[in-house]
Amino acid sequence: MSAAGEFTKGFIKQNPVFRIVLGLCPTLAVTTSLKNGIGMGLAATFVLVGSNVIVSLIRKAVPSRIRIPCYIVVIASFVTVVDLVMAAYTPQLHKNLGIFIPLIVVNCIILGRAEAFASKNSVGMSFLDGLGMGLGFTFALAITASVREIIGTGKIWDLVVLGTKYNPVLLAVLSPGAFITLGLLIGLFNLFEVRKEK
Amino acid sequence: MDVGRLFAIAIGAILINNFVLKRFLGLCPFLGVSKQLDSALGMGFAVIFVMTMASIVTFGIYHYVLVPYHIEYLRTIAFILVIATLVQFVEMVIEKTSPGLYRSLGIYLPLITTNCAVLGVAVLNIDKTYSFVETLVHGFSAGIGFTVALLLMAGIRERLELADIPESLRGVPIAFIVAGLMSIAFLGFAGLAAE
Repeated sequence: MSAAGEFTKGFIKQNPVFRIVLGLCPTLAVTTSLKNGIGMGLAATFVLVGSNVIVSLIRKAVPSRIRIPCYIVVIASFVTVVDLVMAAYTPQLHKNLGIFIPLIVVNCIILGRAEAFASKNSVGMSFLDGLGMGLGFTFALAITASVREIIGTGKIWDLVVLGTKYNPVLLAVLSPGAFITLGLLIGLFNLFEVRKEK
Repeated sequence: MDVGRLFAIAIGAILINNFVLKRFLGLCPFLGVSKQLDSALGMGFAVIFVMTMASIVTFGIYHYVLVPYHIEYLRTIAFILVIATLVQFVEMVIEKTSPGLYRSLGIYLPLITTNCAVLGVAVLNIDKTYSFVETLVHGFSAGIGFTVALLLMAGIRERLELADIPESLRGVPIAFIVAGLMSIAFLGFAGLAAE
């Protein structure tokens, strides 16, 4: 696959959330508002790019039997960096995302890309793959968060979109709304895919 | 020892802040292993066991290793390594001591390392500054809460197999919608006990 292909595949064709159905916990938990969704997405993107590059650099030096623990240490180090940086510069966002920042370490997307892609490909390609997948993840979070925030509060990014007479459906920002919104969005993606095949 | 507080923690972790339906932790096994009741039960017991063990071990690591040396920021790295090792160790011990149990839990144990509910319970224990006994109760009841949600889901999904669902909603999407409806039901427990 070409370099451009490696970069863009994460958006729609192999979108980690909608198509491969990985990394669901943060997708549901932090998408109560667009700000939180994008913050989480960018934090995960940073970890994904960093870990992909390092894993690709050390791929020939690591014996295959102990590769998974090695990858986890690399990922956990980047997660610690993100955790500390966010606590220092964006304390409010850090508080909103809560335990889901340390939990980036067990996000299946990141270990999945390290194992399936970065351990077999060059540094440059792994960088593009990480960036593309990370932005695809951010894109999925942003869509889910926008739907929930608009329906649940009538606003988006503090901007009133549905007018002052709109009666917010609080359920959408509560936990049931997360499950139902994501279920319907994945269904929608499947629908497009089914149409395309026919 | 305040038994009332321990009870509140247990009810909180099982019903009010159910790990799957409220905190959104452990969704991958929740969706992956909820197709049949038998395997859901096996996974549930494995998770209860590992969560309780992980709560005990990470409590020790945090309060007796990380805090005295002022390296609390290494929490994430330390916990994930400890949990991965613990799961491996538990697997070996069960294999040697009780082959029957190993056959029923065996395949689920490796999956648990990447179950964010296990790391989640360890981090929550620290964030909430629980004492040792509270940590133990919280870890155990979080596992019970996970198992309850998993079993309910498995029971529903066995019936969903027979239902007429639109093609694009089959599989994961309909499971999410079902989980959403279950989550609405669990919202009814809010306010049952003060946390």
